[in-house]
Amino acid sequence: MAPLRLGLIINPIAGMGGAVGLKGSDTAEIIARARELGAEPQSPRRAGEALAAIYAASLPLNVIAAAGDMGEHEAREAGFWPQVLGTDLEGDTVAEDSVRAAKAMAKMPVDLILFAGGDGTARDLVRAIGGKVPVVGIPAGVKMHSAVYATSPHAAARMVLRYMRGGVPQRELEVMDIDEAAFRGGAVSAKLYGYLNVPYLPDLVQGTKAGGVSSDRVSLAGIAARIVAAMQPGQLNILGPGTTMRAVANELGIDKTLLGVDLVRDGVRLAGDAGEKIILKHLKDAETDSAAAIVVTPIGGQGHFFGRGNQQISAHVINQVGIENITVAATMEKIASLRESLLHVDTGNQVLNRELAGWRKVITGFQTESVCRVAI
Amino acid sequence: MSDNKGFSHPYVPNAEPGIRQRLLKTVGVASADDLYASVPDALQVKGLLDLPDPLPSEHDLRSHVEGIIGQNVSCRDHLNFCGAGCWQHYVPALCDEITGRGEFLTAYGGGTYSDHGKNQAMFEFQSLIGELVGMEVVGSPAYDMGAAVNSAVTMACRITGRRGVLLSGGISGDRLSQIRGFTKPVADLSSIGINPATGLINLDDLKAKLTPEIGAVYFENPSYLGLIESRGAEIAEIVHAAGALLVVGVDPLSLGVLAAPGDYGADIVCGDIQPLGIHMYAGGGCAGFLASRDEERFVSEFPMILMSIAPGVEEGDIGFAWSTMQRTSYDKRHDSEDYAGTTQWLWGIGAAVYLSLMGPQGMDEIGRGILQRSRYAAMQIAKLKGAKVPHLDGAFFKEFIVDFSASGKSVAEINAGLRAHDIFGGKDLSGEFPMLGQSALFCVTEIHTKKNLDKLVDTLAEVLS
Amino acid sequence: MSGKQSDFQAARWNEELIMELSETGARGIVPPAMDADIAAAVGDVVAALPAGARREKLPQLPEVPQHRVLRHFMRLSQMCMGFDVTTDMMGTCTMKYSPKVHEHIARGAKLADVHPLQGEQNMQGLLELMYRFNKIMCQISGMDEFTFQPASGAQGIYTNACLIRAYHESRGELAQRNEIITTSFSHPADAATPSVAGFKVITLMPGEMGYADVDALKAAISDRTAGLMLTNPEDTGQYNPHIREFVDLVHEAGGLCAYDQANGNPLLGKVRAGDTGFDMCQFNLHKTFSAPHGSLGMGCAAVGVKDFLRRFLPRPLVAEADGGGYRLDYEQGEGIDKIRAFIGNIPAMLKAYSWVMSLGAEGLRAVAETAVLNNNYMLKSMREVRGVSIPWPANNYPKLEQVRYSFEQMFKETGVTSHDVIDRMVDYGVQHCMPSHMPMLVPEPFTMEPGESLTVAEMDQMLAALKAISDEAYSDSEKAQGGPYNASTTRIDSDVPEDPDCWAFTYRAYQRKKGHWTSESRRKIERHSGGY
Repeated sequence: MAPLRLGLIINPIAGMGGAVGLKGSDTAEIIARARELGAEPQSPRRAGEALAAIYAASLPLNVIAAAGDMGEHEAREAGFWPQVLGTDLEGDTVAEDSVRAAKAMAKMPVDLILFAGGDGTARDLVRAIGGKVPVVGIPAGVKMHSAVYATSPHAAARMVLRYMRGGVPQRELEVMDIDEAAFRGGAVSAKLYGYLNVPYLPDLVQGTKAGGVSSDRVSLAGIAARIVAAMQPGQLNILGPGTTMRAVANELGIDKTLLGVDLVRDGVRLAGDAGEKIILKHLKDAETDSAAAIVVTPIGGQGHFFGRGNQQISAHVINQVGIENITVAATMEKIASLRESLLHVDTGNQVLNRELAGWRKVITGFQTESVCRVAI
Repeated sequence: MSDNKGFSHPYVPNAEPGIRQRLLKTVGVASADDLYASVPDALQVKGLLDLPDPLPSEHDLRSHVEGIIGQNVSCRDHLNFCGAGCWQHYVPALCDEITGRGEFLTAYGGGTYSDHGKNQAMFEFQSLIGELVGMEVVGSPAYDMGAAVNSAVTMACRITGRRGVLLSGGISGDRLSQIRGFTKPVADLSSIGINPATGLINLDDLKAKLTPEIGAVYFENPSYLGLIESRGAEIAEIVHAAGALLVVGVDPLSLGVLAAPGDYGADIVCGDIQPLGIHMYAGGGCAGFLASRDEERFVSEFPMILMSIAPGVEEGDIGFAWSTMQRTSYDKRHDSEDYAGTTQWLWGIGAAVYLSLMGPQGMDEIGRGILQRSRYAAMQIAKLKGAKVPHLDGAFFKEFIVDFSASGKSVAEINAGLRAHDIFGGKDLSGEFPMLGQSALFCVTEIHTKKNLDKLVDTLAEVLS
Repeated sequence: MSGKQSDFQAARWNEELIMELSETGARGIVPPAMDADIAAAVGDVVAALPAGARREKLPQLPEVPQHRVLRHFMRLSQMCMGFDVTTDMMGTCTMKYSPKVHEHIARGAKLADVHPLQGEQNMQGLLELMYRFNKIMCQISGMDEFTFQPASGAQGIYTNACLIRAYHESRGELAQRNEIITTSFSHPADAATPSVAGFKVITLMPGEMGYADVDALKAAISDRTAGLMLTNPEDTGQYNPHIREFVDLVHEAGGLCAYDQANGNPLLGKVRAGDTGFDMCQFNLHKTFSAPHGSLGMGCAAVGVKDFLRRFLPRPLVAEADGGGYRLDYEQGEGIDKIRAFIGNIPAMLKAYSWVMSLGAEGLRAVAETAVLNNNYMLKSMREVRGVSIPWPANNYPKLEQVRYSFEQMFKETGVTSHDVIDRMVDYGVQHCMPSHMPMLVPEPFTMEPGESLTVAEMDQMLAALKAISDEAYSDSEKAQGGPYNASTTRIDSDVPEDPDCWAFTYRAYQRKKGHWTSESRRKIERHSGGY
């Protein structure tokens, strides 16, 4: 087996806010406050756990680490002799160092980047490399809205080891952008920021018998065909963000904003990346005898089909369209990857949320549906 | 059974009252009924089922069951000339020995490391069948030949993207029924006309029916009625020219002397392995197989478990594992186009033993022997007044039609007459193929001696007079 | 076996492939001699074959002397962990003792050498057996008529789907009623076979109790509902107490209900499909009814229906004959097309009948209750095993006959997965357990079904092995992840069976492709983790 080139980026201050009840570690102010309260850096320790587990497997590995406490120290602690990128920096690191390190790693290239941090670190990687190099995330931050993290340092180690043995498929998983200020104020307002490529091991189980619920490609094609077949002439279709909705657009042969909401009628895109205002305007102008329809897919690690990444489809919009005209689609793999196969809604309107909660048919293929629980 | 009284029986050791009480105590419930708390009381049976009095003594049980099946007549002590999908061949002692091994008999879902022996035996089954049919991919056994045909023709339709299936008009009514039931949602069936003189498919009719909608063409060799098809290569060419795939159903026991379909252009081969060292068991011995070339587009459509060989860690070590389970209904669930489950692996192991014993020489000899015996019988019967063998001039393997129409007697009457002499006659075809009149399908195998065959002929002569 | 340490060593014969044992000229068996008179009468039959049909080259089968063939397969049999040899608690498989006396009866000439078409009067024993067993199964299930034609549980469930299809077709409603509802924890066949039969499948996901809610079912029911096909208890060992409501709701909507009784062991003599309101059901005779599993078959399913569906059963059916005795009714009527050749897997049926006759009504109840009690005994100890958790803590009902455990805790703390445990178990001389069918909703799943056959000591042995593996996971996780060490073969390159360039299903393919196994240019192939 040729040695895997493993890039390592640690955001050493990620997660410091959480232990002392602060949300996020983004600004220098928050970090200083956290230190005052006695917060210790969390992610180096968690990264260390993962690295120790990887080291123990004694497999051929070339570790390329960002300098200093952004990876180099932890790598050496674990027993590796890493190649080091960049130079040690005084004080608290800036997101730009993560981006710089990631870009350099992608250029070499490395085979996989192991990173420790929170949503912020994930966003840095989106900016730096997008889907160029697959990543494995060690959860270490407070804000874990993105779907890209392994469930634990051990799980992250396991993913790296499995990936090394070869042939693990990759998936695009969502990276979320939470409005920090709003978040600290107690509200969650999330945008879909982008996607990273992550090795796909939904249950991290390595068996000698291979197999998986019908491959994503087949299901997505089936879902797309089903949704397109159900579109009525003259009907205004509000398509949410995400890769599943992109598959619908592919089926229609039109472009689709991956991270935003598009409006489609009769196979033509009327508006791309529409905000709430534009959507409402089109609803008003729409022919009154053909109902509008909303088609969405769960976004993020919690399976929200409203409220994460698609707040443009607001409670107002939903009430205009009518909840009977909502279609939710997801592959069985996506559903199975959610904790307790639970979907969530967070429209901002509690009455509407309660109406949407309960059990809902989710399209999982051309001829198939799953009835899933929806929680608030 | 109350928890105190318990139940004493060799098969349920922990129902013995003392042990039961201990277990109840450890689990922490007063009675076994408490463990059924999830089952609504209204759904629970009150009292005991109304079943026959039990026979816990092994001797008594054996007497009882053997007493019932003792009423059966066995082909071991009767002359049997009936085949038609289940055939009486000699079962080597080693086949019975190995299929009786408790380790094979009671293994189930064990994997690469726990059931290495079973896996190897299955790989060997796949390999040996592959040699006979000329194909490099063979699956684990199918439920029966009909199931294999179903999988084969629908596979061909999925691969070609077409709905049409052309079936030889010479297949049995039961086979047609099985295919019709399975393919209903996904394929359109039509029949290729049979040339009455030869009993083989009419090539002109085949050409006429090979529209661009046809994905699969299926014929059997030897046919249900025993006839050998020699135009395999020509048929393959015609079928391929039309963009369809050729599926051939075989009797693997004939392939010591008959050409391998893989060699004359078949794309998918299926058949029944019951003739390979498996007792008839009143039809319970039937088991199918499916084979194709080693191409991804075929392999990805196989519905059953495929056992692949793989290297072990140490030089020269080998092991086995189930391959690409995402092909199968186990993983596809609601997206399945075919289904897999427990099939007939034990018979596959028996067939592997059989073919290992026979070797190329044995397969040649048995094929020859069956050709000779069946031809001899046909020749002698054809000389009888009132009996005709319509395809005597053609090539046939093991089975042939005898037409009794001229005798004025029905097959039923003739078979009754034969039965009076402890002989089972051929299958009555008069209902299945009315155009053949009062015809029967006679089956002659390697177990029939000249004495047996002469007895058949003499008895027929008597019955016909 | 001490149980605490893994001093078990599997036979490791490194037995060559049979093809590799070949020596030119060796004979394993000689077919019946040719009669000279016959040969003279017919001439050279092979030469007489038309050119296109004649085999030009003998098949390349191995040439091996008889005793070596025997030794070969005997050695292979030794490298197999059948229930005859050791404890097997594979979840959903209902492993149990297959009484040997059944084998000895079934192999007699009066069953083994019976031709299915030899005439009713010559098969009265067989027909009487089927008739009696039919009556017994009706009593056990609350159904009115059975067929034993399907050759496995999956084929039995497929038969149910075909019966539902035929019913709606006969009423002209099939075009509209094209949806079948099932649950995520029912056996994959409950979702797969209706799809094969042409239905759309709706899968109910579980609620917090680990089974589907009534509300979930309500969301799935419509005027397009053709039926409900599910397993209860499901593959998690949990019985859905709302089952009667499920059935009633589907009936109200005009659908039929099919009970997959693959997990019927705990219900024998305790609960009947008919009483639960089902219209049809299927049992695995090679699971619940002790017929041996046969290395994945000799399968046989008993499919039962209520009276109004009798006319749709596949033919032939066994009926009483006028004037005594029994006959086979081939009258097609509205019967669905044949599911399998002839009448069914007769030996399995005989063994199932014999098993019930040995135990009787009280015995069946004892089987069910003991299976459940044994399972709860295992569960009690498994709760104490470090790293093990039981999913769906909201569900406080006792489990029935099996439990789906989770090793997620162990994985989080040590990195050892349930698959590692499954592989390592083999070193303790026990057959491994199964993780879970797809979809794998429970993380690090591990499903165990002890059944009613085992002694307490045998259960304790299994528990000791699992506890030892858990201890090892927490003290030497690398060792725990590297098993098995004492199995019949060393660890294999599990990419090979998944790689189209490498996989080999026959000896010929193996010889052609094995050179590529060590090639530098082997492609990275996609693999999905999964169960079976």
